[in-house]
Amino acid sequence: MAQPSEQQVWDWLDTVPDPEIPVISVVDLGIVRDVAWEGETLTVTVTPTYSGCPATAIISMDIETALRNRGVRDIRVKTQISPAWTTDWLSDKGKVKLEEYGIAPPRPAGGPERCPRCGSKAVEKVSQFGSTPCKAHWRCTDCLEPFDYFKCI
Amino acid sequence: MTRDDAFLQFLLRMGDNTLVLGHRVSEWCGHAPVLEEDIALANTALDLIGQTQMWLALAGEVQGDGKSADDLAFLRDAWDFRNALLVEVPNGDFGRTLMRQFLFDSWHKLMLERLKGSSDERVAAIAEKAVKEVTYHVERSRDTVIGLGDGTEESHARMQEALDYLWPYVGELFASDAVDAEMVAAGIAPDPASLRADYDAILTEVMAEATLSIPKSGFAHKGGRDGRMHTEHLGHLLTSMQWLQRAYPGARW
Repeated sequence: MAQPSEQQVWDWLDTVPDPEIPVISVVDLGIVRDVAWEGETLTVTVTPTYSGCPATAIISMDIETALRNRGVRDIRVKTQISPAWTTDWLSDKGKVKLEEYGIAPPRPAGGPERCPRCGSKAVEKVSQFGSTPCKAHWRCTDCLEPFDYFKCI
Repeated sequence: MTRDDAFLQFLLRMGDNTLVLGHRVSEWCGHAPVLEEDIALANTALDLIGQTQMWLALAGEVQGDGKSADDLAFLRDAWDFRNALLVEVPNGDFGRTLMRQFLFDSWHKLMLERLKGSSDERVAAIAEKAVKEVTYHVERSRDTVIGLGDGTEESHARMQEALDYLWPYVGELFASDAVDAEMVAAGIAPDPASLRADYDAILTEVMAEATLSIPKSGFAHKGGRDGRMHTEHLGHLLTSMQWLQRAYPGARW
């Protein structure tokens, strides 16, 4: 098989879902930092979201499996911690999908703009921490629905 | 002491602090007073364990005999640990756990902010990553200390008791020794004593808002960060944390 282009690999990775939030891809999440061929070896550089996030190991495995299924044999998934991951790296497409899924996207203001369910701006924080390290727990005081907010870091 | 010896000690101090505190905080999993607090404590513990993996992996690299972060976490004995005594004291009630968290987080954030400028780029990278998480930790522990301190008569009394109990363990965080002097000379880490003024300013402000009195005594229990004398509590913690690897050496998932 001919060596697939780096752009082709990016497109493939954009179909690998985040294990915790399957509506966005690992590329949307902004954790894939680089894709490069080094001779026969394809190196994918990944930056973890949170240092203790158990999804990180699963993500590396999912990336490797997806590429292997496309016929790439020699793959190296490299972890890079600096520069530290930031929610600025979430793609615009990813942010829209998050909100459709019911997770308010991150904002530099430190809280969600509106309730992802009814759109009301009357929202309040329940807890800085939520169901995964990357999320906080908020609720809408209009429709009374609790929801996840993707923390801005 | 060579520079690498000192560097190893410094890394063990950072990694053992987060390891032992991470384990302590994880003891709350399934036991916190409300679900949100349970989740918050578990998330905090997870961040601390994640940071431990980075510090102890680097410690293993500097030690140079092929030890992994897991080897260092699970196969050392109490006297080899270099965490400050503060993080090994038992959780006590919820108030004491959060008071300990605030006393630690405030120091941790100041330390990591300084380590971002470390001359060792691996240390700077870990600090850059960890400080984002710790900023969240201290925001919550600070709010909880204020909420409970300036809360009911019962919660106020318990928070004052927690502060009185934990205060003698704070001083060790700022003790300097030959390891620190070597780290300062190498530009790797700041002198812990140089963080004290900022720390005291934060505590004065937060404790005033929490209507709590900071004890006058400057007495400090020491012996954790140099491993000279841990409290009896560390050994008990390790029997639980290290049990599996000791009963079944080399066991893997």
